[in-house]
Amino acid sequence: MRSSYRARLIGISVLAILAAVAILFYGNPAPAGSRGYWTIVESRMVSVGTILIVAFCHGVGTVVFHAVTNNRILTPSILGFDALYRVIQTGLVFFFGAGAVAASDGLLKVVVQSVLMVAFATLLYGWLFSGTHASLHVLLLVGVVLGMGFSSLSTFMQRLLTPSEFDILTARLFGHISVSNVAYLPWGALVCVIVGAILWRRRHVLDVVSLGRETAISLGVAYRREVVIALVLVAVLISVSTSLVGPMTFLGFVVALLTYQIVGSSEHTRTLPMAAAVGASTLLIAYFILRHLFYAAGLINVIIELVGGLVFLGYLLRKGLR
Amino acid sequence: MITVSNLTKRYGSVHALGPVDLEIPRGGVTALIGPNGAGKSTMLTIIGRLLSGDSGRVEVGDLDVVTADSRELAKKLAILRQENHFVARLTVRQLVGLGRFPHSRGRMRPDDVEAVDLALEFLDLTPLQDRFLDELSGGQRQRAYVAMVLAQQTDYVLLDEPLNNLDMRHAVTMMRQLRRAADELGRTVVVVVHDVNFAAAYADLVVAMVDGRIAHVGPAREVITPYVLTEVFGTPVDVIEHRDRPVAVYYH
Repeated sequence: MRSSYRARLIGISVLAILAAVAILFYGNPAPAGSRGYWTIVESRMVSVGTILIVAFCHGVGTVVFHAVTNNRILTPSILGFDALYRVIQTGLVFFFGAGAVAASDGLLKVVVQSVLMVAFATLLYGWLFSGTHASLHVLLLVGVVLGMGFSSLSTFMQRLLTPSEFDILTARLFGHISVSNVAYLPWGALVCVIVGAILWRRRHVLDVVSLGRETAISLGVAYRREVVIALVLVAVLISVSTSLVGPMTFLGFVVALLTYQIVGSSEHTRTLPMAAAVGASTLLIAYFILRHLFYAAGLINVIIELVGGLVFLGYLLRKGLR
Repeated sequence: MITVSNLTKRYGSVHALGPVDLEIPRGGVTALIGPNGAGKSTMLTIIGRLLSGDSGRVEVGDLDVVTADSRELAKKLAILRQENHFVARLTVRQLVGLGRFPHSRGRMRPDDVEAVDLALEFLDLTPLQDRFLDELSGGQRQRAYVAMVLAQQTDYVLLDEPLNNLDMRHAVTMMRQLRRAADELGRTVVVVVHDVNFAAAYADLVVAMVDGRIAHVGPAREVITPYVLTEVFGTPVDVIEHRDRPVAVYYH
């Protein structure tokens, strides 16, 4: 079983590498070896880097999220993350105008946005877990309600925008891998490496936490503390990805589902690396097919969300809310 | 020894437990009996530090369960609740292996592997060890959880209604195995049981609770009597002898 796991992990990683190489070199219009050729390869490398970060964040983040919330349906987006991103973006355009927003693009804005989102998550978890009725269901319910509140707020502000401002805003609210911020990539990668290392060190604790509160406490794990740490780390990952390419609701769900299917068991020693590999290969292959075979780069998020949403619905109908 | 002193617990305005004073000696099987809502599970979960009491103290061995380091406590005391729903997909062996977590912190050494083998063997799970939990019957799954708790190798093992949803055969097997865990492995086993006859047949000490208080404590022969049971359960109970053990009859 161990060897078959290793073979699968290697196989999927090789797929990801092949897809990455294909994205970099397939159909380059400039003559091979010329300066233009390498410029194009370089710009494509930014896309590949972005995809790797986004896939890692959503794949690993969702697997960890599933472990601590003891379910396989909910994704971090349900904690109001996507909605928070939308309300921040809409608020920026609403209060400062489209011109100011376009001018302020850069590392600072991304950092501020990430910090805001993590702070929001930490406050929410901190508050909810310090109360007497600290339960995960309450937390999730509050997440859903806050998410709805944020969405309504965004919709309200969007109604008051001029059509041109609304147009600029809409372009920002859909994720776009091709136009992610280059300056931000190394930082995003660094955060991923750090968070990944912390999670990897805690992988056995995550196994215990996924057995539920009572068993975890009986096994000597400080359950509440571990859950909060894990959720904050997930918040960091998702906010990195969201700041980079915008909201992706179903990507994490699809990657996690595939990971569980491929690995079979739930040990995090196996699911964490596999989630990263599966995430990378899924997103790289999807990007290659859509961008280089169908020339539909702008549609990538829409199609991932469409496919992911359908899989999500199918899963719900087949397995129920468990 | 488990020492409970002056323990109380309320759920909102509902009085659930106490004040309770109780000493459970080391070794043997202790059974907690009583009607629904008597506070048996509440007391057990407080002793197992899954719930905190409103006042009073609980000591297990020489550790106070509230203030002691949870990790150290996990080497002395294990508790198993009746509901164990989780979506993680594990094999029997992986689950039992997690019982070694307080000792191994996830890195299984040879003595951890040995403890897991022993626990699997003890509960006749060796042939099923590579099966996933969701492929097992209810009785087998219950056994796997008990194996996990035994693999933890704690002096004290608390089990909340381990016979729930088990048929006759599996219930008897489970009680026999718990008895053997006490006799052969030297564990102190504390169980909440609904069927007083299992307490009568297997327990050394029986604790009868009513309305959050302890009504009677003593050897099975002293507690499983018509007078005590009729008072505790509030329904006429007769006790007959079978193979030198008292058996309660309460169906009429």
